[in-house]
Amino acid sequence: MTLRVDFSLISGWISPHSRVLDLGCDEGDLLRRLAVKRDCRIQGVEVDPTSVVRAVRQGVPVIQMDIDKELDLFSDSSYDVVVLSRTLQAVRYPEVVLRQMMRIAPIGIVSMPNFGYWRNRIRLLRGRAPVSKDLPYAWHDSPNVHFGSSADLEALFDDLNLDVVKCVPLSESGKVSRMPRVTRNWSAGAVLYQVRNRTASA
Amino acid sequence: MADDPLNMSAADAVLFSREDPMSFARGGRLDEIHVRYETYGTLNDSKTNAVFICHALTGDAHAAGIREGETKPGWWDSMIGPGKPIDTDAVFVICPNLLGGCQGTTGPSSIDPATGQSYGLDFPILDMADFVTVHRKLIAYLGIPTLLAVVGGSLGGMQVLHWALTAPQDMGNAVIIAASSRLTAQNIAFSAVAREAIMRDAGFSHGHYLEEGTSPDAGMSIARMMAHITYMSEDALGSKFGREPQNVDLTPGFGVDFAIESYLRHQAEVFLDRFDALSYLYLSRVMDYFDPFADEDACAKLAARPIPVLVCSFTSDWRFSSAQSKRIVARLVRSGIPATYREIRSDAGHDSFLLPIPEYGDVVAAFLARGLQEVSS
Repeated sequence: MTLRVDFSLISGWISPHSRVLDLGCDEGDLLRRLAVKRDCRIQGVEVDPTSVVRAVRQGVPVIQMDIDKELDLFSDSSYDVVVLSRTLQAVRYPEVVLRQMMRIAPIGIVSMPNFGYWRNRIRLLRGRAPVSKDLPYAWHDSPNVHFGSSADLEALFDDLNLDVVKCVPLSESGKVSRMPRVTRNWSAGAVLYQVRNRTASA
Repeated sequence: MADDPLNMSAADAVLFSREDPMSFARGGRLDEIHVRYETYGTLNDSKTNAVFICHALTGDAHAAGIREGETKPGWWDSMIGPGKPIDTDAVFVICPNLLGGCQGTTGPSSIDPATGQSYGLDFPILDMADFVTVHRKLIAYLGIPTLLAVVGGSLGGMQVLHWALTAPQDMGNAVIIAASSRLTAQNIAFSAVAREAIMRDAGFSHGHYLEEGTSPDAGMSIARMMAHITYMSEDALGSKFGREPQNVDLTPGFGVDFAIESYLRHQAEVFLDRFDALSYLYLSRVMDYFDPFADEDACAKLAARPIPVLVCSFTSDWRFSSAQSKRIVARLVRSGIPATYREIRSDAGHDSFLLPIPEYGDVVAAFLARGLQEVSS
């Protein structure tokens, strides 16, 4: 299978031997890559039982649980990095999950489909809910419960005193795009962020 | 045995000796421990495919297959066998009756060679560590350096947990099903009533019922009936029996009026035929005291040498609830030990771990297949 472009980007941001927790790890493809290529100590969390079994089959440890309710299971600063790859739009309380993320590790890696992407806006102007490669579900059959734009997410980071350390916009086809910052809320299908707690001096 | 695809075999081992006695964790020693065990499948040449099964409170060595002259298969036949989740076409399964049991392994009703009488209440108090000590001796006796996996449900899962925490080098994988790392007050309360029922029965004869020729049948029956209720969910009892009358119609009396009453009575009768009162006391007490994570360094050995751990629970299990399994997962993960946890949807209560539930079999099969792949590559 071909690995998602954002997975290779994320792996590039994670140093070897890191302790990595992936919240919403699906079938564990990213974690498997991190274990094999970067010798990371991996742990996944996934709510879907079928995905859990597929992850088990490829040797990825996964805890089946509800990210919205049960992250207290993890102790403070017990990982080096927490990954939320295309998960945040599907949890009930993204703010709470982001707070938990930064409690569990000093570095967070977050990606989310960008509802502000121009095609989504045009579809909405035409009076229909957006459907795209990054938002592939019909409105009535979507696991996504939030439809925020990159700008919305960045505002939430700011409210939570999180600094964006790195940020990579991805085109609709999932490729890294070199669009300027001002246009990415228009032009990115999804955006990948690395965040950390704002330092006192800032 | 070529025509037996399960390749079932039963044997007895005599472990320990006067020079190398069994020392019990809470004091006491025995020179010899007899262990009845069964095996299924075939040990490969490199001895890397052995799966060790730890049974629950009233289990025995007969986990799978149908013995000659019997009609019912072993207690975990849905899990163990050719093509089953613990696939005997690929792995070699060992299942012993545990220490303190009454199905071929030394227990409190065994004869003490020193006195010629049963040990009775003079048998050493047991601890989870003692089960593991005997299990480890058995694999040494069988010449198996490392087990592919150790698997168990309920009290069996507690043995797996203790073993994985104290001697992780013995195994490549651990599977802990419907277990607990610390019984709740409610759990202890149920066991306490069961023990009271047995010990207050005049037939118990202070533990020497074998010599006295008595038998605490009433106490054992009550203990079993009550425990059995806790192994099932309210929904399961409702859908299986509801308020169905046992006979044509209901006429109030003090006999077996409802179908559920008949069922419980049947369970008690079957139990009397195959289980020993002293074993019930000794084994249930071990669970009450089991609290491995009370020791702050409990996870140190496993954290230093982590192995894949699978923890499973069932949604309707209120005896050893999902919360208890999650506690195990939390303790492991907080100590830096990666863990896999799967909560299986089931209406059958604690007994679910013995039932053929596809989603349950799938995760156990996937976990073991992965482990087997690791040792084969």
